[in-house]
Amino acid sequence: MSADTLVPYTPRVALDRLRQGDVGAWPVVGGLVVIAIVFSTLNDRFLSPENLTNLALQMAATGTISLGIIMVLLLGEIDLSAGSVSGLCAAVMTILHVKQAWPPVLAIGAGLLAGAAVGLLHGLMLTRLRMPSFVVTLAGFIGWLGLLLFLLRDGGTINLPFSGFVSGLSDTWLPGWLAWAIVLALVAGTAGAGLAVRRARASAGLPVSPVWWAPARAAGLAVVLGAAVVVMSADRGVPLLLVIFGVLVVGFDLVLRHTAFGRHLYAVGGNAEAARRAGIGVNRIRILAFTLGGTLVAAGGILAASRLSAVNQQSGGSDILLMAIAAAVIGGTSLFGGRGRAYAALLGVLVIQSITNGMFLLSVDSSVRLMVTAAVLALAVAIDSLARKGATR
Amino acid sequence: MISVTGVTKRYGAVQALDGVSLELRPGEVVALMGDNGAGKSTLVKTIAGVVIPDAGTISVDGAPVRVTGPRDAQALGVATVYQDLALCENLDVVANLHLGAERRILRHVRMERAARELLSQLDVRIRDIRVPVAMLSGGQRQSVAIARALLGSPRLVILDEPTAALGVEQTAQVLALIRRLRERGLAVLVISHNLADVRAVGDRVVVLRLGRNAGEFDMATTTQEQIVAAITGAAA
Repeated sequence: MSADTLVPYTPRVALDRLRQGDVGAWPVVGGLVVIAIVFSTLNDRFLSPENLTNLALQMAATGTISLGIIMVLLLGEIDLSAGSVSGLCAAVMTILHVKQAWPPVLAIGAGLLAGAAVGLLHGLMLTRLRMPSFVVTLAGFIGWLGLLLFLLRDGGTINLPFSGFVSGLSDTWLPGWLAWAIVLALVAGTAGAGLAVRRARASAGLPVSPVWWAPARAAGLAVVLGAAVVVMSADRGVPLLLVIFGVLVVGFDLVLRHTAFGRHLYAVGGNAEAARRAGIGVNRIRILAFTLGGTLVAAGGILAASRLSAVNQQSGGSDILLMAIAAAVIGGTSLFGGRGRAYAALLGVLVIQSITNGMFLLSVDSSVRLMVTAAVLALAVAIDSLARKGATR
Repeated sequence: MISVTGVTKRYGAVQALDGVSLELRPGEVVALMGDNGAGKSTLVKTIAGVVIPDAGTISVDGAPVRVTGPRDAQALGVATVYQDLALCENLDVVANLHLGAERRILRHVRMERAARELLSQLDVRIRDIRVPVAMLSGGQRQSVAIARALLGSPRLVILDEPTAALGVEQTAQVLALIRRLRERGLAVLVISHNLADVRAVGDRVVVLRLGRNAGEFDMATTTQEQIVAAITGAAA
């Protein structure tokens, strides 16, 4: 075949890949549309600016934890300790800030460092002691919860000052001009990057996408982001919490797609032996991924503590871990490693949190909520594995 | 010139290699033959840095070198194509070709361009080199694996059963490719069970038997029977 038969992702190629079994993000986007239609017909407050802004606030903590879990899932490993670790690191941060009177930024840094240390320890147990990650993080799940309870032993709850910096993270709203400036920068950046890539490919003699493709993509992004800003501005504005989560997602997406570390992470998850023979330090990549994952999980815990203005014995408990794993999988991350993107955290948590939020609005019992969430998770995995089966046939 | 001297490797009770020696010269195709369990794979893995030998030396141009991992071997210019291909099926052709040799920040355009040039030089036909390798046919995957060995400008290419899983036409293509490697002045080491293939491309045959050297033959002056005898140990 000649060089010009290779075309980047146009609608036609998208359709081709769909037929080959690469369903991409379409089931999730379709699911979101269905969720929006169902809940908004059942309750007209679901799509109200106030509720959608709340949804954005609710997403950030679990989404960040989910992003940390994706780092580990890409390796083909699992992290069951994320919930406990997020609670523990939030407690470390809160104790240093409230009891030891550390400045908030230093306390947050220490909390993140604690998460990194826990991830590093898990990574070393995986690679040096050759323990399966399931067992390492199961032990972590129990052990770090124990340490959390120990740290909180008197009282069981530590409140963060309501007007302090940490609580302020989840009660800060971007002024309209700043939100629009960010949207503009993102759209211009996307369009510019698309055109720059096109030019670089053309001058290297590589096949390029049609001229309208980059502007069309940027326009699509502009519509989505613009709609979000319009809706949230009708309420309190764009929450800082959402911006923090967004920066993490975009940042890690760039790392995964454009650095050797990201590529090696996928390689280890896809075929660790092949990666080793290619000269990749497989254990180094595993340890790095666990450390990064632990740091992100800690960040999620700190965001959750900020929302609650406290840490207590339930911090990082109940269904946070399972929701974070479910979000990663619903968003398209494979549990078998090597497949998935950072945006899975955003899409997946949007689905899960929309269901949770909508069910709360309808005052449905949490028993029903859990069963519906389980059904969505099962459906997402079923679509994924059926599509893959079709692809290999 | 890369030479291996007195390499010994024991796995528990099994003596996989026992004082094996081998010389590989530029512009020469050496066929490594032997029955199952003769130590061919272990010897190749030793040169590739995947297996660390218990004793013995590897030297490049007469100077002994330390090979403690695949990276060391790569740095010395040894590229290996394994029988099980060792591709990452979740990554695309471009990513697989450059795996382990990327810059810290990926240069997508440069890598894709290098991949296309290499594949077209080798006359490898793949419709879309940006789909995951899982979607390619077996012959295409073998071609990608061989092409990958060439990207680092190696001085020695090791091919482990390169034609074992291929049809007639693809086998002919691979053999032609091996001749092209020799014309480029590379040293080539081919492990094969197939005497016809070995006779078609090999300049020299080295036979292993039960982990020891069991004979070395110049292809032009050797009959098939002599080689078979060395492999089976029938003639002394």
